Formats: sequence, structure tokens, C-alpha cells
Amino acid sequence: MDQKHPIFEAIEPDAAGRTVSRRHAIRQGAGASSAVIAGIAMASVPAALAALARDVYAQAAAPTIIDVLNFALTLEYLEDEFYRTGLAGGVAATFSAPELTAVQQVSKHETAHVNFLLNVIPSLGGAPVTKPTFDFTAGGAFPDVFDNRITFLALAQTFEDTGVRAYKGQAGNVASNATVLTAALQIHAVEARHASQIRRLRGQKGWITSSDRGDLPPQSQPTYDGEENTTHKGVDAAPLGDISAVTEAFDEPLTMEQVLVIADPFIV
Amino acid sequence: MHGDRTKSITLSSIHQLWEPSTRREFLRIAALGGGAVLLPTMFAACGSDNGTMEPPPTEGVTLDLSSDPGVLNYAYALEQLEAAFYTQVAGAFYAGITAEEQQVLTDIRAHEVIHRDFLAGALGNAKIPNLTVDFAAANVDFASRFSVLSTAKVFEDGGVAAYNGAGKLLKDLNNLLVAGKIVSVEARHAATIRDLLRPGTRDFAGDDVVNPAGLDQAIDAGFLLQDSGFGQFITTPITIIS
Repeated sequence: MDQKHPIFEAIEPDAAGRTVSRRHAIRQGAGASSAVIAGIAMASVPAALAALARDVYAQAAAPTIIDVLNFALTLEYLEDEFYRTGLAGGVAATFSAPELTAVQQVSKHETAHVNFLLNVIPSLGGAPVTKPTFDFTAGGAFPDVFDNRITFLALAQTFEDTGVRAYKGQAGNVASNATVLTAALQIHAVEARHASQIRRLRGQKGWITSSDRGDLPPQSQPTYDGEENTTHKGVDAAPLGDISAVTEAFDEPLTMEQVLVIADPFIV
Repeated sequence: MHGDRTKSITLSSIHQLWEPSTRREFLRIAALGGGAVLLPTMFAACGSDNGTMEPPPTEGVTLDLSSDPGVLNYAYALEQLEAAFYTQVAGAFYAGITAEEQQVLTDIRAHEVIHRDFLAGALGNAKIPNLTVDFAAANVDFASRFSVLSTAKVFEDGGVAAYNGAGKLLKDLNNLLVAGKIVSVEARHAATIRDLLRPGTRDFAGDDVVNPAGLDQAIDAGFLLQDSGFGQFITTPITIIS
């Protein structure tokens, strides 16, 4: 029967602002200490991002809103290029119809996020970082990423699940600007919708159980580490239900440093 | 709807004992001003239109959104509503439900119950009383797949929009983080429910909920409870103070 409840009209949020980040990924090698990884990351990321990372690592102070928005922009650049390249490449012909539809819709949103951030950052007096050069094979780890739908969708899942965690981790760093915070939350939710759909197309639940990466390769584990947490705001939710459900019910943040480590293998 | 009129779920022990009406009218005290300014407003269920007994006066709930506990109570109210809905859904699944749908709805029920109980624990003595909700009055048919999933879509999309709109009201960043941990799970739910309704389409993140800038919805509490249709599920009068 017809619902009488009107679906909310798309409310156009405020004008500007935005934030956050994304991405994830697959790191060759594994196991290095965070200090070592940070060093590797700083040696390889583009100058602007390295400067940002330096700020984050070296300063006690939280990143500025512009820093956060450029961090987000970097991750959106990565996602946007990933999907656009996929849709233009051989892999697109191998997608099922639902996969193609999903990738097209996700790609549209990632392009929109890039453009949004490119508008917002100058409006707040900042200079947008330039787009890095990406290598989605991660130095040869995923040579068929744009030929094989299995590989492509596996990377898509890690990018989206990482994106959700990356934006979540930056919410507090933009909270001083309500407009930016709200926009960041709005992007965050879109990334979560993407993650759910990509996961389900891959035969996974739309939500993350504990720190289970499912059928993804071991390099993706940093995207899921920490998702097993059950304590929030000092309250342990573990007694509130089945432990799998308790971990599924809350998504966990990643720090900027953690996200940069995940993204690093894809940035030349 | 079929004749079952006992769909009112009474979450509290005191707000029951009356037959939900077939239709409810809501007093909507016009909200003055733009969305940014919420005057103290209230909606309340009116008496039935079919001659049955008026509901007894119910104790109202006040959500003071100028304080973090008030905002968390707003979330707690929404989670109460969602948990009650999915509990009823999972109590007697609609006929012909697929294994996947059953898994999804069972998982979501668990998540929403956990959200509700977590917020109750986090709020402690500051928590609002249990709300009384009424799905029959809103014509929810729990025997109908379409009705159940369509209602779920309203709740999940609305929950996402509500959390997105309320984030800026939270002053303690620990509370903001908790809200962020919950809202992305609601968005995962929303996408999943939408894909069950229209499989393989763009609806999981459809153009009706994601604007051309790539942003999901964000709405304020007054809009959610009074204008979006959400309020029709909640019998307990709610007063919002901004």
C-alpha cells in the first residue's frame, strides 16, 4: 500500500564546506611499524600531501579545516579517477548490469565531490592541492585492475569502506565550522551508501562485521583493523547483543595518518 | 489495511490501553521562521476519527537541542522508533520473504536495538522515557513486503538525514564521533533496503537522496518530526526546544 509518509525532499544543504577523505587500500608488504610506514608515505606522496602529513605528524595541533579539505580532496581525486578509468576501460564491458549501474552512479558522485571541494576550498581562502598521479595497480600488485571486474570491485570496496572511516575521523577537526561539518557528514553518508552497494554486489553484507575483510586480499586489512571496537564514549556496547551485531552497528574512524598509509601504494 | 488494529507497540508501561485510531491528525503548530530557528513546537496525536475513545493524555517528551543530552535523546527517540519497527517486522516476517531479506532485516533489527540500548546507557538518568509508537495509524502493513520495505526506507533515509542535520548541534566531539559511528551504519541500511526494493538500480544512492553536489540529505529535527511524516509513527507528544 502506498505510504503516506512523504520521502524527504532533497534538502539542499548550506552553501559551502566540505571535507574529508577517503580511500583505502591495500598495502604491499605489511607489518611495518607506523613510524616506518609514515616515513615511506612521506617519501612518496606529492609535495602538498607530504606537507600536510608533516603537519599532522609533527604538530600537536589538529589540522586546519583547509588541511582536512585538501586531505578529502586527495582521496576524492583518487576515487574519481579510479571509477572514471574503470568505466573507460576494458573492465566495464565485463560488469554485470547492476555492477555497471552502481559504478556509474558512484563515479558520478565522486566527480561531484571533487568539484564540490574544488569550489569550497577557495571559498574558505585555501588553495586546493593538485591531483596526484595515481597507480591503481599499486606498483604491480593489481595488474588487472582495469581488466578484471573481480579486482576492480575488490578495490572499490576497500576504497569506499576506507572513505567512510576517513571522513568519520575528520568530523571533529571541522566541527568549528557547522557548514563544513554538515557537508562532510553528508559526503560521509554517501560513501557509506556506496560501500554498502559495492559490498553487496560482491556477495558481502552491506555492513562490516568485526574487522573481517571478507574475501579481500590481506593487503586490505588496514581498512578493517579497529572495526572490532565495541566501546564508544566510554560505554562498552558488547553486552547489548550478539557480538557480531554489536560490531556491525558502529563504524569506526581512521586517523589521517592511517588513511594516508592505506592510500600511499596508489599514489606515485 | 486488514483488520488488525492492534499494531500499536507500547514501549512504555503507561501509555497504552487505547485502541489506535485508523487515522491520526496532528496538531502542527506552524513553525515560524526558517529552518535555522526552531521555536518550541509540539505535535500531538489527536483523537481518532471513528468514534472510539480518545487516548488518555500522555506525558510528553521534551527534546532540548541546545544541549548534547537533548540531541542524543533525539537520536534515542529515532532509534526507539526504528527498533520497535524492526522488532515487529522480525516477529512475523511477511510471507514469501527471501533468505537474504530475512538476514538483512534481522541484522538491522539487531543494529537498531543496539543503537537504542547504547544511547539509553550513554544517557543514563538524562534519557527520555520510552516513547509510544503506532504503525497501524500510519497504515504500515507488516504482512506486505512492499509496505515493510518502503517504511524501512523512510526510517533509514530519515535517520541518515536526521543525524546529518544534528551533528552540528553537538558540542562534545566525543558525542559527534558516536553519532558519526552510527549514521554511516544507517546509510548502509538505507542503501541495502533501497536495493531490495529496486534491485540493481541507482536507487541505493539515488538522485532523490543525493543531490547534484554529491551530498546526502541533512534535515533539522522540526522538519523530521513534523513535516516529513516521521511524526505520524510516534504517539507520545514531543516538544522541541532549539
